[in-house]
Amino acid sequence: MSTSLAAAPPAPPAQPTPRARRPRRRAELALLVLAVGIAVMGFAQADLAVNGHLPPRFWLMAALAAGAALLAHAVVRRLAPYSDQVLLPVAFAINGLGLTMIHRLDLAAARSAAARGHQVPHATAPTQLVWTGLGLALLFAVLALVRDPRQLQRFTYTALVAGLGLLVLPLVPGLGVTVNGARIWIRVAGLSFQPAEVAKIALIVFFSGYLVAKRDALAVARTRLLGIEVPRGRDLGPILVAWLVSVLVLVFETDLGMSLLFFALFVALLYVATGRRSWVVIGTVLFLVGSTIAYYAFGHVRVRVDVWLHPFADPAGSGYQVTQSLYGLADGGVLGTGIGQGSPDLVPFAKSDFIISAVGEELGLTGLMALLVLYAILVERGLRTALAARDVFGRLVACGLAFVMALQVFIVVGGVTNLIPLTGLTTPFLAAGGSSLIANWMVIGLLLRISDSSRRPTAAPAPVADTAMTIVVPR
Amino acid sequence: MIGSLAGTIRRLSIFVALLFLALLVNINLVQVTRASGLATQPGNSRILIKEYARQRGPILVDGSSVAVSVTSSGRLKFQRIYPQAGLFVSATGFYSLIYGRTGIERIEDPVLSGTDPRLSLQQISDLIAGRPTRGGSVILTINARAQLAAAEGMRGKVGAVVAIQPSTGAILALVQSPTFDPNQLAVNDVSAEQAAWSRLIADPAQPLLNRPLARVYPPGSTFKLVTLTAALASGKYDLTTPIPSPASIHLPGSTAILPNDNGRQCGNGHVTLAVALAVSCNTAFANVGLALGGDALLAQAQLFGFNSSFQVPMTAATSRFPAGLDPAQTALSAIGQFDVRSTALQMAMVAAAIANRGVVNSPYLVQQVLGPDLAPLETTPVRPFGVAMSPLVAAEVTAMMVGVVDFGTGTNAQIPGVQVAGKTGTAQTAPGQPADAWFVSFAPAAGGDVAVAVVVEGAPHDGQISGGRLAAPVAKAVMKAILNK
Repeated sequence: MSTSLAAAPPAPPAQPTPRARRPRRRAELALLVLAVGIAVMGFAQADLAVNGHLPPRFWLMAALAAGAALLAHAVVRRLAPYSDQVLLPVAFAINGLGLTMIHRLDLAAARSAAARGHQVPHATAPTQLVWTGLGLALLFAVLALVRDPRQLQRFTYTALVAGLGLLVLPLVPGLGVTVNGARIWIRVAGLSFQPAEVAKIALIVFFSGYLVAKRDALAVARTRLLGIEVPRGRDLGPILVAWLVSVLVLVFETDLGMSLLFFALFVALLYVATGRRSWVVIGTVLFLVGSTIAYYAFGHVRVRVDVWLHPFADPAGSGYQVTQSLYGLADGGVLGTGIGQGSPDLVPFAKSDFIISAVGEELGLTGLMALLVLYAILVERGLRTALAARDVFGRLVACGLAFVMALQVFIVVGGVTNLIPLTGLTTPFLAAGGSSLIANWMVIGLLLRISDSSRRPTAAPAPVADTAMTIVVPR
Repeated sequence: MIGSLAGTIRRLSIFVALLFLALLVNINLVQVTRASGLATQPGNSRILIKEYARQRGPILVDGSSVAVSVTSSGRLKFQRIYPQAGLFVSATGFYSLIYGRTGIERIEDPVLSGTDPRLSLQQISDLIAGRPTRGGSVILTINARAQLAAAEGMRGKVGAVVAIQPSTGAILALVQSPTFDPNQLAVNDVSAEQAAWSRLIADPAQPLLNRPLARVYPPGSTFKLVTLTAALASGKYDLTTPIPSPASIHLPGSTAILPNDNGRQCGNGHVTLAVALAVSCNTAFANVGLALGGDALLAQAQLFGFNSSFQVPMTAATSRFPAGLDPAQTALSAIGQFDVRSTALQMAMVAAAIANRGVVNSPYLVQQVLGPDLAPLETTPVRPFGVAMSPLVAAEVTAMMVGVVDFGTGTNAQIPGVQVAGKTGTAQTAPGQPADAWFVSFAPAAGGDVAVAVVVEGAPHDGQISGGRLAAPVAKAVMKAILNK
């Protein structure tokens, strides 16, 4: 199959006129209006349905959302004018929908507390709004600081150290905290943060940089073992490291989802970089062996699998989350109850891990499918960016970022809808949680940068020192 | 040179597309194919939330609500309220978050909740107009004044009262004592409802028991009305036939003795049926029963509704008259002992049939069912169950029952200016246990606007005194309430 990989790279979009006008990005602006409009209307609907009046400071919030979208549009138009015009609006739409649902669940929590005479709990939506602002700021920072994606290649091993460092941070005594049995959080100055979300970006950068340097060796140099062509032992190093990293995450942080995410990401990048199916086979075998061992070795893994197979065996105990989620989804049906008119707060962790079932209940199958299509569009634009990138490093980074987004959506949505065993992962842009939100805005920043540099009609900046062959043709 | 990665990225894209496809197919399965199965999965509290999100229709008595849904501040939008607490609970039943529903709340649930197919047009128009779907109303046959009079009369006593309109079978009063406040099971608070439920379950007086419909009692001497009807219908007896009435009789085929309540013979040893009924002479009726035979008594009892099941619309307990009796059992059954068992409802039906010139009407509790727009959906028709006796026999029995109230054991039921027909009873329950005091009556004797059966548990064994002393005043109060006296 590797021969077909030799197909010519897609020609960079040739601009007939060298001094073409900078794109006005009208499509992006129009889509942003749509995205912000949907979120603002959902926001209004939640309060109208629950309290019978518009949210307090509704017009201020609407203006803020419109202002943020306009600012982002202006910044992208300035800093990455040739980049994909769909990425930003889609991210805004999902982030806005998430804020709406979190606000709606805040209302439910306040109402339920008032009915019981309890103190109204602290609202999550304002915090999420602050994180959104921070996420946008990081998006701007990525666009401002990374003027060319190949700059990142210089930081290949720095990224490895940073990524691994972030991963083990929750294990540091006094810094890491255990929440719901998983030690994946750090708490600094009262703010909790999940470093793995940012670590995944660093590790994608490392792997892309590493594979750019080593992919020929990994693809070509083979030995035969039991009649099958396998890579040489020393080339197996990186995948073993990857496997060990995910095992580390699994064992010490009991974070099933992130462990699976890292492992699948590394296998996918190896396959994409080398074109060797044997990596997929080896990865699958290692995955099966690892999961089997995990099933027998760890009680919490066994519980998750048992709940997946028999969710109604213990609906009040271990199966409670999944069954409540399924009830909510079923209650939503095709059209949903409407925002503010269902009972999504019956599902535990409805604002974070189970926000998908809140969307499915109140917006129905229709709304949930639309949301999944938004994610699919985001991933598709990411993969398209990868295909269009002018260098292997950019391709691998874009591909890794897009794939990790797709996989994360699959793992969390599949878990919440009981397609696969439930593992705790945040839904990108949607779920409450600052680390995931800012990490994903940084992902959008990188994708915009790669996309911009591949479509930029003018001569690319002078190539940076490269440790490996690239196909970048300076023009 | 290993190429541009385009091929592998495309294949990875196909894999990613398959992941999304799997998610989309799966949510279609969950939200469409499996949705109804998940919705009815036991333990799915969303069913209740949905149910409580609709305004349930009221249950009405004489134009006012005895069960009504009001808005609530909690997760459940509506709460069921019973404004008169326990007064109508034998009819309404309760509507509880965790203990389900009983009585009319259960039987008429489709109408009250608005899910009845007859309301589907209404639901569609509500959907189009954006109105919340509401339930329909149920109007009961209960007469509020009679119900209140019966409940007042039973205060402090244990037992049941049933009043029936003889010409239709409509139930005018349905009272259990002790009763309970259904509001405490409808508070929409799981722990409060659980606490109330365990209190009610632990109460030895069994307040949750629907005594007028669900409990069978030995009818005792009130059953003599059935034996009397059988005697007159048989043609073997007329108003003057002398019946042997010694102080006691030897039960054939056994060593047992059946005495009169006061241990003395009735009259001078032979009495007419009228006198036998007025003084409730056990030996005379035992002799009548022996002369007629068990099969004749069984046939007559079944004409009144014994051994049949009645839906009022709640299914009442079946009153029993056993078949295949030997002579000793026949003698005891003729005076409502041995294995004869009757609900208060059944004895009210006996009185109502006599008052209605022999025609037994099936008893019913629901007058009319209305849609949410107050348009009538259904009116319960009068359904004759059968003919228990000829009008002539009915007139003769009535005259003898008037004698019971005028100068016999039932004088406590006299109402000035109204001729009352009645019969007392004090039934043995089990050896060493207190008796059940009965009074069965109707008024006025001509026309019969209301027939009542009252049973009071825990009465002393004092012949007919308890029936007259404990039960008759309650029956009198109910009849007065209906007759506006």
